[in-house]
Amino acid sequence: MPDIRNYTLNFGPQHPAAHGVLRLILELDGEVIQRADPHVGLLHRATEKLAETKPYNQSIGYMDRLDYVSMMCNEHGYVLAIEKLLGITPPQRALYIRTLFDEITRILNHLLWLAGHAIDIGAMTVFLYCFREREDLMDCYEAVSGARMHATYYRPGGVYRDLPGKMPKHVNSRVRSRKEVVSLNAAREGSLLDFIEDFARRFPTLVDEYETLLTDNRIWKQRTVGIGVVSPERAKALSFTGPMLRGSGVEWDLRKKQPYAMYDRVDFDIPVGVNGDCYDRYLVRIEEMRQSNRIIKQCVEWLRKNPGPVILDDHKIAPPTRVEMKEDMEALIHHFKLFTEGYCLPEGEAYAAIEHPKGEFGVYLVSDGANKPYRLKIRPAGFAHLAALDEMCRGHMIADVVAILSSQDIVFGEIDR
Amino acid sequence: MIHQAILTLIWIVIKIVVILIPLILAVAYLTMAERKIIGYMQGRIGPNRVGWMGIMQPIVDALKLLLKEGIVPTKSSRYLFLIAPLVSFTAALVTWAIVPFQPGVVLANINAGVLFILAVTSLGVYGILIAGWASNSKYAIFGALRSAAQTISYEIAMGFALVGVLLAANTMNLSQIVLAQQGNIFHWFWLPLFPLFVVYWISGVAETNRAPFDVAEGESEIVAGFHIEYSGISFALFFLAEYASMILISALAVIFFLGGWLSPFAGIPVVEHWFAFVPGMIWFLLKMTIFLYLYLWMRATFPRYRYDQIMRLGWKVLIPVTLVWIVVVGLMVELHVKPWF
Amino acid sequence: MLGQYFPILVFIGIVLALGTLMLMANRLIAMKRPDPAKLSSYECGFDPFEDARMPFDVRFYLVAILFIIFDLETAFLFPWAVALRTIGMFGFCSMMLFLGLLVVGFIYEWKKGAIEWE
Repeated sequence: MPDIRNYTLNFGPQHPAAHGVLRLILELDGEVIQRADPHVGLLHRATEKLAETKPYNQSIGYMDRLDYVSMMCNEHGYVLAIEKLLGITPPQRALYIRTLFDEITRILNHLLWLAGHAIDIGAMTVFLYCFREREDLMDCYEAVSGARMHATYYRPGGVYRDLPGKMPKHVNSRVRSRKEVVSLNAAREGSLLDFIEDFARRFPTLVDEYETLLTDNRIWKQRTVGIGVVSPERAKALSFTGPMLRGSGVEWDLRKKQPYAMYDRVDFDIPVGVNGDCYDRYLVRIEEMRQSNRIIKQCVEWLRKNPGPVILDDHKIAPPTRVEMKEDMEALIHHFKLFTEGYCLPEGEAYAAIEHPKGEFGVYLVSDGANKPYRLKIRPAGFAHLAALDEMCRGHMIADVVAILSSQDIVFGEIDR
Repeated sequence: MIHQAILTLIWIVIKIVVILIPLILAVAYLTMAERKIIGYMQGRIGPNRVGWMGIMQPIVDALKLLLKEGIVPTKSSRYLFLIAPLVSFTAALVTWAIVPFQPGVVLANINAGVLFILAVTSLGVYGILIAGWASNSKYAIFGALRSAAQTISYEIAMGFALVGVLLAANTMNLSQIVLAQQGNIFHWFWLPLFPLFVVYWISGVAETNRAPFDVAEGESEIVAGFHIEYSGISFALFFLAEYASMILISALAVIFFLGGWLSPFAGIPVVEHWFAFVPGMIWFLLKMTIFLYLYLWMRATFPRYRYDQIMRLGWKVLIPVTLVWIVVVGLMVELHVKPWF
Repeated sequence: MLGQYFPILVFIGIVLALGTLMLMANRLIAMKRPDPAKLSSYECGFDPFEDARMPFDVRFYLVAILFIIFDLETAFLFPWAVALRTIGMFGFCSMMLFLGLLVVGFIYEWKKGAIEWE
């Protein structure tokens, strides 16, 4: 009699639930997982190495492409590390804008996470609902930076430009009737802040809508409660961060524990889970969306009242305005020097971490005094989570692997870098 | 004599064509309706490019699949691989031979109708099993195993639910089952057999592998399950089979529990006459669309069950419920509870 | 009496012919450009580790066996259900006895964990 071996199955990269390019090798006994072995590297783009070859500012765009679901938060980590080495602090308005956009990004990320999580568990409608709201937030990105995803909006010393006074509008086209365009543009008549305020007003009811479909749904609960349980001790030992850690019941949030930007001035709570299963992580992220919305409201209020500069007036670091450049020789030279040669950082090293939607996103920067980093090390939040997949999956079934994987909120851009 | 036989045969063939063509069209437009309805539920508009409001979409889809390369993987068992979709397709369509659309409008008015239905619908699982086995691909085998276990588990619940219907109707002939429900909406079997009605519907959804029981082809788990290696027209055959079974399950639900072609207002003084002009066939189709809509609605609303949870629901909830209710129905029949028995 | 079944036979024939026709048409008019990668079995973009036809979970057999038992039950119940009005209370009681035995077996299976999946 041949001895019974486990079934080995390739799960991904070409799989609808592989979240990009994860190659997972599953060893199965029937449908029960004996071992889950994640293979990474299929999306490796050498971001860290590339950063060593170009001036600091030119790498900001690469940061967007790390975790391509929460673009500005990645920029924030990188910019913060540079600012730390330079020893500069951006103007207060810039910090508020960063806080605002960090939270918009958090909602963007959590919406995509919820969409993916829901469709992986089979709830198709939530997927499309989430994308509907993401569209509005993408428009905010577009309004401030011109790009809907890879914004390159945060710069050392502040943000690239102030919030615009008007929103880009939809135009009539073959696929949109005039009536539709009018209703779409209704919220876009005023400034960006008006638009964000309108969104923040609508958003809680939209979250209620997702919750109606999922939170008390028996099937949803059967699929997530008690799946992929991580105890608080194990979560800490596995270096979990962000919602993964909070889902396990550890109250840890860099926004509270080591505040950056304006997080010490705004009012918000940290949701914490109890059981550390997929359902708790789901609840934590849903509540985080609501809290982010709260922060957004406070930021909008402050930004309305306090106009001012949004980037430092030091032209060694921040570019002069276009108007200045047309008239002032020195400004033109500054501009040229800044965009070709960049600036030099003092010799030394710095680690800056932010509370990225997925967890702690850290940038470790070593400078030898040149205009390029000597070494740039990125600490992606998802990497540690993915490493724990094996432990979380054992003894569960194939369908649960999908639920656990999507509850980890994996994005391969940042894991493979 | 031979003349007579050929004439009869031609007459039969004509009747079959009259059933088949609308049926295949209905299947095609059910896919269209699915995309449109779920689209609107999700804040999209669904297909709207091909023809007016996308009305040509299913036709074009069928043409596309016809023109696509039919891939037969090297490692597969060639002949079984090609036979499998035929089995599914045939099993899904043949049951239509005994569905009564209106009094007398039925191809084969057989006496063992319910038995025939159970026999043929359980053949459908062979197509899936053969497909999964012949593909020689792991995902396909997973899909086939899941589907086989799920189908046979729910067949028991469905069989028990039908026992209740037989108890109430006292016949296995589908037309007579409808006639046994003579009267208005409250005389139909859904009321006395309500738990069985629900169980029948749930097992019907599970038997057709539709959401939330679509683990056999659960996209996010085993990609496409048993038909993962299929392309072109052989994929289309599976697709047709699935949608034809959906329509069939809806039609049977109407026959067994919602009084087939009977008007819901029969015997109600004034309203009866308002709707007297509506032919039975229309009532039948209208009631069917309710169930078809329910299929789509469920798909848009529910997350997918996990495989073992489906089995648990089937064995530990549905079967006990039906067992209890069979006893209750038996008692009701014995005690002649009016107005049904 | 069997005459009623003849149309069904014709129906099966026509449906089979229709399906075969579609398959043949696909063979004839669709393009054919096979290559080794296209003809390999799908396993998410990598070569499969081993043959897919391996021993699988014994639970599937268990379900199949349970199915046979219960399906036989249904087969017994069908004629009883149709004939209940003629066999009266005696028929009802004897079937209840039978169902009772079945339920005992069912409870035994349940307690033994034959219908547990994890």
